[in-house]
Amino acid sequence: MSMTMAEKILARAAGLDETEAGNIVMANIDVAMTHDLTGPLSVESFQKIGVDHVWDPEKIVVLFDHQVPADSLEAAQNHIFMREFVKNQKITNFYDVREGVCHQVLPEKGHVVPGEVIVGSDSHTCTHGALGAFATGIGSTDMAMVFATGKLWFKVPETIKFDIEGKLAKHVYSKDVVLNIIGQIGADGANYQACEFGGETTRNMSVSDRMALCNMAIEMGGKTGLVEVDEKTINYLKGRVNHHYESFVTDEDAKSLTTMFVDINDLEPQIACPHNVDNVKPVGEVEGTPINQIFLGSCTNGRLDDLKVAAKILKGKQVSNNVRMLVIPASREIYSQALEKGLMDIFVDSGALVCNPCCGPCLGGHVGFLGPGEVSLSTSNRNFKGRQGSSEAEVYLSSAAVAAASAIKGEITDPRS
Amino acid sequence: MDNIIKGKVWKFEDDVDTDAILPGRYLVLTGEKELAACVMEGCDPNFSEKVKKGDIIVAGKNFGCGSSREHAPIAIKGAGISAVVAESFARIFYRNSVNIGLLLIEAKGISKNINEGDEIEINMDEGVLKDLNNFQEFEIKPLPDFMMNIMEEGGLISYMKNHLTEIKDE
Repeated sequence: MSMTMAEKILARAAGLDETEAGNIVMANIDVAMTHDLTGPLSVESFQKIGVDHVWDPEKIVVLFDHQVPADSLEAAQNHIFMREFVKNQKITNFYDVREGVCHQVLPEKGHVVPGEVIVGSDSHTCTHGALGAFATGIGSTDMAMVFATGKLWFKVPETIKFDIEGKLAKHVYSKDVVLNIIGQIGADGANYQACEFGGETTRNMSVSDRMALCNMAIEMGGKTGLVEVDEKTINYLKGRVNHHYESFVTDEDAKSLTTMFVDINDLEPQIACPHNVDNVKPVGEVEGTPINQIFLGSCTNGRLDDLKVAAKILKGKQVSNNVRMLVIPASREIYSQALEKGLMDIFVDSGALVCNPCCGPCLGGHVGFLGPGEVSLSTSNRNFKGRQGSSEAEVYLSSAAVAAASAIKGEITDPRS
Repeated sequence: MDNIIKGKVWKFEDDVDTDAILPGRYLVLTGEKELAACVMEGCDPNFSEKVKKGDIIVAGKNFGCGSSREHAPIAIKGAGISAVVAESFARIFYRNSVNIGLLLIEAKGISKNINEGDEIEINMDEGVLKDLNNFQEFEIKPLPDFMMNIMEEGGLISYMKNHLTEIKDE
């Protein structure tokens, strides 16, 4: 039977030869990730089931990234609670406050393996599909079931494949591509579907850029993002993943597959305007909008590639006095590489604030809160009302290039100008 | 679970996201009562004071989009809301709600035809939602059987307690 990549991975995980969209399958979970914010609820739910031990302490990853280091007594108590859980359950893969954002740290540390099923109690878990895994965000009670049994039920999703073709213009990046797609199909345009990214443009993208595409799948309602495994994936996995893995591809005649052609030849930098991610406009339409805070970072665009793009634009320039710019590398590994390449010197010299690897203002519950009437331009993934603090603040989303160019002028700026 | 639910309507728009239902700064909390005190703050800062036990939320499409935070449906349930009726739901919110036993109903045409303050009646057996103020009726889309079983057993934790051996052996 012809199947999509998503169907093949879920069939394997459920011990079936085949499955198709719409079926309910009970899948064996390969990796289950929880963090400092959704972890406590997951553990409380797990404790209510009445099972003493988690199903497999080596398949669980616990990571602190949202409120690190602890910024309140409540956060500190949550951290203590989770550390105790890790110790009592003998969980080996524990990353305390120093490693960075879960969706960057998991692939770096070799927890993301093609063909496997990953669940995380965080909606941007879909990022891992960039390496050919079926990865999806779940809630705390579902996570409790996984902790207890290693299994979770799924309704097998249909697949929408974005066939992205064309050459990206200067200062246009994968973030612009995915924002453009979301603008076209809407915030629920792929509700409950696997979002597979293919075509020549995707194949030419780095793993880092593919992660940005898959990260945003949830912003169109997708269940997971997916990219086929190729040489670039294999090179990324070298030295990180040491066990055998299987990679799957979508059969072109799979019944549950729809394809959308995306021509990006004339694509301009894109901006998601307040207060919805699908409110997308070309940069020219919002150029000149005054900005109070720039956030360069997050699981969407806090990777080395993004920092390089921004540093190149900021080199020898100053961040506007009207703007505070936060640079937050997505992980310790990236922080260290950025230091080595001199990028951090550029940021510091330009007047940007460099913070420790964490989710930053994206959460609206840690550093860099926005006050009433303030405006932020962020390389993160959500611009909902109140997302970064006050519900009277506004958030615009863009690529790292737009963020850097805008930091210099203090207003939304086309990096090509 | 009651098969006929009656309550007063609070209306919300399309794409109500989980940051609007429960802003990020409250995610350090885990208790149902504490979370209920901040419910829907992103849409209406005084909502938790106005809402009464048994009230019903009626919204447009894609209700609950965004984060996987289960704090959002917990806050709604904790505030005493008996059901959320929407044109459609975002998928993580949908699962989370069923898992904690918060009733979600999908029905087309409701967001344009039901007004805030109306009294509505949801009849689960007949699959019909009635607006008792303007007498309009709407067909409701039932939950899949598998999810209905979880709801009827009081959510996923009770379901797990009852079926743990079966699930482990499956």
